[in-house]
Amino acid sequence: MASRLHEGKRSDPLRHVVQRMVPNHGSIGLRALICALLSICAAASIRPISDAHRSAALDLFVPSGGLFQSLEETYEALRTFQILGVGNFSDIGPATCPVIIDNLTSPASSPKDLFDAIRVNSILECQIGSQTFKDVAEKFQDLIKSTDKLMNFYYSILGLLHVKAQGVSVVLPDAEGVFYSIKALSQNDGRWQYDSNNAESSTCAAGIALEALAGVVSLADIELVQSKIGTIKHDIVKLFDSINSYDDGTLYFEEKHIDGSEYKGPLATTASVVRGASAFAAIVSEKLNIPGDKLVGIAKFLLSVGVPSSTKDLFNQIDSLSHIENNRISIPLILSLPSTVLSLTSKDQLEVEVTTVFGSAAPPLTVNLVRASSSDVKNNPILENQELQFDTEKNVHYLDILPLKIDIGKYTLEFEISLHDPENLNTYATGGHAHSLIFLTGLVKVDKSQIGIYDTDSESSASMLKLDFFKDDKISLVANHLQKLHLSFQLFTPLGNTIKPHQAFLKLRHESKVEHIFALESSSRQYKIILDFLALVEKFYYLSGRYDIELAVGDAAMENSFLHVLGYIDLDLPEPPERASRPPSLSVDPYARFGPKQEISHIFRAPETRPPKELSLAFLAFTLVPLGGFVIGARVLVDGFHFDAQTKATFISHCFLSMSILVSVQLLTLGVNLKSFPSSSVHALFSLLFHAGIAAILLLYVLFWLKLDLFTTLKVLGLIGVFLIFVGHRTLSCLASTSAGKVKTN
Amino acid sequence: MLMFRELEFKMAKSSTSDAQALFRSLRSAYAATPTNLKIIDLYVVYAITTAVIQVVYMGIVGSFPFNSFLAGVLSCLGTAVLAVCLRIQVNKENKEFKDLPPERAFADFVLCNLVLHLVVMNFLG
Repeated sequence: MASRLHEGKRSDPLRHVVQRMVPNHGSIGLRALICALLSICAAASIRPISDAHRSAALDLFVPSGGLFQSLEETYEALRTFQILGVGNFSDIGPATCPVIIDNLTSPASSPKDLFDAIRVNSILECQIGSQTFKDVAEKFQDLIKSTDKLMNFYYSILGLLHVKAQGVSVVLPDAEGVFYSIKALSQNDGRWQYDSNNAESSTCAAGIALEALAGVVSLADIELVQSKIGTIKHDIVKLFDSINSYDDGTLYFEEKHIDGSEYKGPLATTASVVRGASAFAAIVSEKLNIPGDKLVGIAKFLLSVGVPSSTKDLFNQIDSLSHIENNRISIPLILSLPSTVLSLTSKDQLEVEVTTVFGSAAPPLTVNLVRASSSDVKNNPILENQELQFDTEKNVHYLDILPLKIDIGKYTLEFEISLHDPENLNTYATGGHAHSLIFLTGLVKVDKSQIGIYDTDSESSASMLKLDFFKDDKISLVANHLQKLHLSFQLFTPLGNTIKPHQAFLKLRHESKVEHIFALESSSRQYKIILDFLALVEKFYYLSGRYDIELAVGDAAMENSFLHVLGYIDLDLPEPPERASRPPSLSVDPYARFGPKQEISHIFRAPETRPPKELSLAFLAFTLVPLGGFVIGARVLVDGFHFDAQTKATFISHCFLSMSILVSVQLLTLGVNLKSFPSSSVHALFSLLFHAGIAAILLLYVLFWLKLDLFTTLKVLGLIGVFLIFVGHRTLSCLASTSAGKVKTN
Repeated sequence: MLMFRELEFKMAKSSTSDAQALFRSLRSAYAATPTNLKIIDLYVVYAITTAVIQVVYMGIVGSFPFNSFLAGVLSCLGTAVLAVCLRIQVNKENKEFKDLPPERAFADFVLCNLVLHLVVMNFLG
């Protein structure tokens, strides 16, 4: 990844690197070299399993008091230790055996617990009685009869295999039926389902199913029909057809449907498929039809993980690589370079190792460098068809590159492996052409460097000072804004060619820490820069004074990238005009950027002034006064000046119905009849109901104002309104009839 | 000149006496109106007075919850207008509404008031 970033930047290196370098005061050249080295390390990513993995295994799988966190992790740890040949089982055994026995004998153990316990036991070999094994076998057999889930089949079948390995005879009843049940879960593209309810097919499940099927075949007491095994072989081939690939030729398996909780990454999925395929390949008579190149690609993927940092990843990597190492189809051979940075100065040789994934020796073979081309100029190969020689002591293939006169730089190498014995082609897979990236570094010579000041008009009569970058003397120059600064030098590789380095910058730093960086242009023979101060006056913010001059030249292939302080220059610039831009203030302390920010004082709209409470209450009382006046006036008009107790009582009761102006009006129409209240009780009832209805509506309005919302109000209003209409109609109609009767009598 | 003065005095006297006579005749005519019409007139006066009090209050304290002010004033004015309509319809001397029974007019008055007050309560806020 770092190399890809590096390559992208090379297309316009100067601008990008300038922007990156602006805040850095320190050794720019050194940083360039470190970046280059990182990119080189990323390219050399495939190395066989080595002691780095062994020490990582010991660091990751750490038991506390002999016990790991779960039986599954115990199995992973023990298996990893067993394959890598490290680790001490003496303290794990006594602590874990009781847990195993507990799991095997407890009636509440799930199939997964039983499975984990029995396979840890197959490594640790605790003292367990055969009756326990027989009980466990019976539990597994019951599970096989009753289940239709893939994981249950897997646990029980492989559990029975482990029990059988302990010497207890187990019988798989109805092996064909089990085979069919597992096969029924398979899909068209070679994947499997976990159970018949789950519609999604999974690649991991395919690996598990293949292991289970291999177990069924080895446990079956009768010979299974070969055609059924043939269909499984086709499934495996289809599964391997769905393999994914990266750009660098590594191949891996991935899940097509990514389910959030159950997602297993490409490493776990690839490991599962490898286990299943190799288990199945071990039990069939003929070889599976999988091309060796695919196995080489898978092996490269597993190795390109490097040294994993989690226990599960390390187990998956080591376990699947051990299956690949010992498989019956073909054993991949890995070509790797112990070092990808070769120095011309120290006369390194190009060394190549060809081993199996675990670093074991390969059969006799020859490595041929098919092509070596520079990464910049892709089409013209520098080297072609060089055969590497074999050093039997160090077990490497080497090539002496000094006599080949290759210059410093970055190169892509293409190798081809040819086995000496053609019969080995059946057992081993070489995987076509292998590509590698190397850096050739060397010392770069700086020549003819000079610096000087000259006036704008007279370009040639410059008094140039010779510079030597590797001596300590500093130059001092004086210039004003009408002059120009000229700096030039030449760079040569060890073979005498000109080189265009990644970085060539000139930096001028003022006393007030304001910096300006300029990129040097390269012509055919030399690097030079001409600073015209007249044009740069505004860029320099009109700051006169002493500027330190620094030159930085660096390249990935340059062993002596440098950052030199050449000296200083006293610049005399004119006064800034009024509208000139100020120099940027010193950069803020980066830690202050993450501190608390300035407090924001919000400006809220001033709330409206409200009148004092007493004034409001006074006017409320004022508003009610006209109502009182009206009621009194009405009574006066109707009854004359009779202020007896009865009118007073009715007056007070009406005052409390503050909005019920209507009640008063009704009193008028009935006032005619108040002295002679309707005799018929029905009419009285209706008129009372009429009053009550109107009062209810007014009460509803008050409640609406206080807390109800419009919808409930309208609903209740509808109900009361209907009631009121009915009652009012009756009341008014009987009033009308009585008044009509009165008119008639009158 | 004395005659002019006398004429002035007489005219002033007659104008004031004319105003007094006018006022007296209005009063006596008004006393002849039926009671229910008088009560409706009193009701209108009550409604307008309430509206005037609210406007004075707003003049003092400012119109901040303007919607409440409008609700109050329009309630008073609306009910005054409806009362005037009722008076027109109930007045027996009005030939246009001869066939309309006064109870029907009163029912309209009640209904329109209820609707007006529903809207006013909603707007009161």
